[in-house]
Amino acid sequence: MVNYRTDLDNTFAALSHPTRRHILTRLEREHECTISDLAQPLGMKLPALMKHLDVLANASLIRRFKEGRTVTVRISPMPLRQALGWLHRYDRFWTPRLDRLKAYAEAKDKR
Amino acid sequence: MASVTLVRRIKARPATVFDAFSTVEGLTSWWGPDDLPLISAEADVRVGGIFRVRFPTSDGSVHECTGQFLEIKKPELLTLSWQWTMGGEPTEKGRTSRLELHLHPVAEGTELTLIHAELGQDAGAKSHGEGWSGALEKLVKTYTEEAAR
Repeated sequence: MVNYRTDLDNTFAALSHPTRRHILTRLEREHECTISDLAQPLGMKLPALMKHLDVLANASLIRRFKEGRTVTVRISPMPLRQALGWLHRYDRFWTPRLDRLKAYAEAKDKR
Repeated sequence: MASVTLVRRIKARPATVFDAFSTVEGLTSWWGPDDLPLISAEADVRVGGIFRVRFPTSDGSVHECTGQFLEIKKPELLTLSWQWTMGGEPTEKGRTSRLELHLHPVAEGTELTLIHAELGQDAGAKSHGEGWSGALEKLVKTYTEEAAR
């Protein structure tokens, strides 16, 4: 459970920056990108981009592969699934309650 | 940092929905899971007033959430802080999240939007970044659907 919480912290921290979300969205769409592919549209210098990629890699949200002098980046979906599963617990908590709240309030105003 | 949002259309006046969430009588009437009544409820509906609900679940465990009313604009807005003081989500222990209820009058009654926000955040620590964007939620969903295929 401790690890689970640390993983979630890392995931949410990594996701809390618009540049990193942009990178993930792009990787989702294009399956894999080279580092220079990623840097170009962002108008970002490589060292700044590398810092964001480090954060994503530390949270296991991406994997990097080196072939010769080219580094490609791929998304790894597991932490996202885990984070979504965790958020769904709150969905499951509130959904039946709001259904009952609705039934209660509607019955009360009908009286 | 993370949040969940649920929306319900309710055929009742906003004030009725507001009271359902902010009075002991209201909370007692709908909160508990099926057939298991609340153990206790407290709702001191003024800014800084205590909100507390203790309830059993069918697996035999007892949970309690405790918070304070932060914003009260009857009948359109209610904001509360939220902590699990017994049971609840183990990953949220010692953390404070925020619950927002927005009540908009519509032709049929009320549109209720419940937002449970600032989940996954250490107590007292404010989020540095912004919350989840819709695009990301979609991204995550895509992967879940992919996994289910």
